[in-house]
Amino acid sequence: MSETVTIRLTVNDAPVERTIAPRLNLVDFLRDELGLTGTHWSCEHGACGACTVRVDGEIVRGCLIFAVQLDGANVETIEGMSESGALADLQAAFHARNAVQCGFCSAGMLLTADALLRRNPAPSRDEIRAALSGNYCRCTGYHAIVDAVAEAAQRRAQRR
Amino acid sequence: MTAPLSSVDRPASYIGKSVPRPNARRLLAGRGQYVDDLRLPRLVHVAFLRSPHAHARFRSLDVAAASRAPGVVRVVTAKDLVGRYTPWVGTLTHFKGMKSAPQHPLVAERATWQGEPVVAVVAESRALAEDALALIDVVWEELPPLTDMDVALAPGTAALHAELGDNLCFSRTIDAGAVDDAFAAADCIVEESYSFARHTGVCPEPRSILADFDPAEGTLTVHYSSQAPHMMKEIFARHFSLPESAVRVICTDVGGSYGIKIHVYPDDMTTVAIALLLGRPVKFIADRLESFVSDIHAREHRIKARMALAKDGTIAALTIDDITGIGPYSTYPRTSAVEGNQVVGLTGAWYRCRNYRARLRVAFQTKPPTTQYRAVGHPIATAVTEALVDRAAAALDLDPAELRRRNLIPDDVYPWTTASGLKFEKLSQQAALAKLLALMDYDGLRREQAALRARGIHRGIGLACFIELTNPGPAFYGVGGAPISAQDGCTVRLDPGGSVTCATGVTEQGQGTETMVAQIVAATLGLTLDKIRVVTGDTERTPYGGGTWASRGCGIGGEAALQGALALKANILALAGAMLQAEPAALDLADGWVVDRAGNRRIGLDEVGRAAYFRGDTLPPGVQPELVATRHYVPRIYPFAFTNGAQASYLELDVETGFVKLLKHWVVEDCGRVVNPLLVEEQIRGGVVQGIGGALFEECLYDDRGQLLNGTLADYLVPMAGEMPNIVVEHIETPTAESLLGAKGAGEAGTGGAPAAVMNAVNDALTPFNVRVTSQPISPRRILAALGKA
Repeated sequence: MSETVTIRLTVNDAPVERTIAPRLNLVDFLRDELGLTGTHWSCEHGACGACTVRVDGEIVRGCLIFAVQLDGANVETIEGMSESGALADLQAAFHARNAVQCGFCSAGMLLTADALLRRNPAPSRDEIRAALSGNYCRCTGYHAIVDAVAEAAQRRAQRR
Repeated sequence: MTAPLSSVDRPASYIGKSVPRPNARRLLAGRGQYVDDLRLPRLVHVAFLRSPHAHARFRSLDVAAASRAPGVVRVVTAKDLVGRYTPWVGTLTHFKGMKSAPQHPLVAERATWQGEPVVAVVAESRALAEDALALIDVVWEELPPLTDMDVALAPGTAALHAELGDNLCFSRTIDAGAVDDAFAAADCIVEESYSFARHTGVCPEPRSILADFDPAEGTLTVHYSSQAPHMMKEIFARHFSLPESAVRVICTDVGGSYGIKIHVYPDDMTTVAIALLLGRPVKFIADRLESFVSDIHAREHRIKARMALAKDGTIAALTIDDITGIGPYSTYPRTSAVEGNQVVGLTGAWYRCRNYRARLRVAFQTKPPTTQYRAVGHPIATAVTEALVDRAAAALDLDPAELRRRNLIPDDVYPWTTASGLKFEKLSQQAALAKLLALMDYDGLRREQAALRARGIHRGIGLACFIELTNPGPAFYGVGGAPISAQDGCTVRLDPGGSVTCATGVTEQGQGTETMVAQIVAATLGLTLDKIRVVTGDTERTPYGGGTWASRGCGIGGEAALQGALALKANILALAGAMLQAEPAALDLADGWVVDRAGNRRIGLDEVGRAAYFRGDTLPPGVQPELVATRHYVPRIYPFAFTNGAQASYLELDVETGFVKLLKHWVVEDCGRVVNPLLVEEQIRGGVVQGIGGALFEECLYDDRGQLLNGTLADYLVPMAGEMPNIVVEHIETPTAESLLGAKGAGEAGTGGAPAAVMNAVNDALTPFNVRVTSQPISPRRILAALGKA
């Protein structure tokens, strides 16, 4: 494991260059190399969505990607998307509806909901549930999250 | 009692108002502070070698190569910890005859479950520690596993812990009324055997601990994902022989707990021992596989139950025989007997029936320990009772709702003591059932079901009435010798600018504890919510208390906050009276001001604060401001504040595949005074879905060698958004008169009742086929087996 690789990529609109071990996972890279602790480890198996981040505009499971795969990529995390305001309406809707309890799954939920609304601006409740079905939440029972996403969709539609 | 109630009852009060949680915004922005997010200098990481066998002893253990591996700081075995801790035993003295063996941080010689920690590798990173684990050379000698509960208790089976004599941890019998006579005279008897598999909590944030020992000061600071910081402080001090004053436990954000993070785990204790050994911060974060084999599991019951009824549907008698498997040790300090004890205590308790017999046997096994998990015992007691009620309704050709109505304890007979000895102050069973039936349009739903059934569409309607044990007093654990506080405190301080800082012993894991406390304090002091700051989860900064579990946060912590705020209010008015030369009794607080009886603003709270803290020279002689107050609360009249409610499930069954589609779920619950309906409803909804998980999906599958077969979230099914129904929640409020606030708990009602409603709905859908399912989780395979199609 002594071999290292240098990667250059964009993370939350800032250029990043690091020399890392090839086995370093994207979640560990974000958390340990860059201090972006809003992306969480949970199932470590691609099943729960707590590690969801955006890579080149598509949401991906951070736990299934090695950092070395992302040389030249554009990575966005909950921190960057919060600061840019990209998620502000979803965050406000989640807050108002109490669609968050322990908060551990929230980053993944928000990024996944945002991806849904980008491709389907007026989803039905069933479509929202289907889109969120790869994101595990143990606290809320999902109903409030579905409500919040539906509310944010409506507001995005009104703005348009 | 009328005057102090004003803040609770005032129309514009925060009490009873749905306000969002101020502290949730940072969680939504990725700014949570979970244990694994902490970055400390000189931090080292622990990974554990765990027993690959359910029962085995090691013939040899060689850690030399691992010790020399890159980045390894220390390899720790049981030998390294000898004399550095005292073992723990999970028994309570009020559970007569209960026994368990001493438990240790690491296996010294014999492992008793697959996943028990054996060796700890400490390294500069978790990855390097895991690399070194592969270099540990252990030669195991496998011993016979003990997986089945009946085998464990069969005569002639060797005791897992020889010194205990047998594998019976605890047993209890109840025999109330004249059960045999009632069965002899019954018009109708229904009986059934039920089984409930093991499942587990699957917290999104796995168990996490960062222990930091400072040898210079002799202080241990533990950053811990826990529901009970004060309890753990006491336990760390006790078992590592540290002065109580040297231990601090901090729980900042907790990524889900549900009863998982309230027990003593050997790997956590090892992590603390290593911090003491090395004198530097040590972190252990369970990975997902470790979580499946080392987090506590829950349930695992087999129950035989019988119910006797008269022709008119009156339940005449009820018997249950529960055997439950708890793994090799009773979990410390709450013990693993409480789950079964609650099953026999709660079964049937919401019906008028006076003839009740129960037997509980709690068996040791070589699987992970089971113990308290959200709704402890309730899902089992409710599912068994309510399934029998549905069987009886069918046998007597009565509507299941009507049979319940005829047997529920009437709303006007309280206080009531059940056959099992539980005391109910006041419940609203009949009202809750009536409200539920109206809410779901029960009759309309039955008509729809009949019409669809005629077209070969098989829908089921399942009802479940339930009670929930909340606000436990000292009779729960304290009397049994456990260092578990039933009381809680709240400190409320007016700051110079007119805002208020509160510190409470109850903790926040996302339920909204901090918001609930802030609402009560804001309402009492006439302030807006943005003026209130609440501190939780730090043993050095909060009053002593039990934490958040057993649905006690609002009922106990909320009452302490109310009393603390009332005491501060009295102090503020006393000072303001002295400053204004007015009678304190003629003053009140509103909108950040001290006001007179007519509501005229006399002096701002900021002015009171500034005078007290900065301009003592301006105060009248002899006046000493005390702008901080602490009050504690412990329920003492009733051992528990029981709540009640009713749930219904509506689902569609595909009889070809065995798949269940949940269409809708309704809950009417009565948790007494509702401080924040938004938070209560989300506790109910989340609880319902957690109950549905146990009813339909979740099972820790073990083979007969005690090996877990599904240790990932790809294999262990949890409820996901796509399969879950919309959930309608309504309230009835029957406040407890024991406290001024009148709140009972709401955290577990959903989980307690949902499995019963869902199982009854599945069986209702199966009615045309004259078959039933009686094992949870109710998987498609089990449904097809019942239909003879598997």
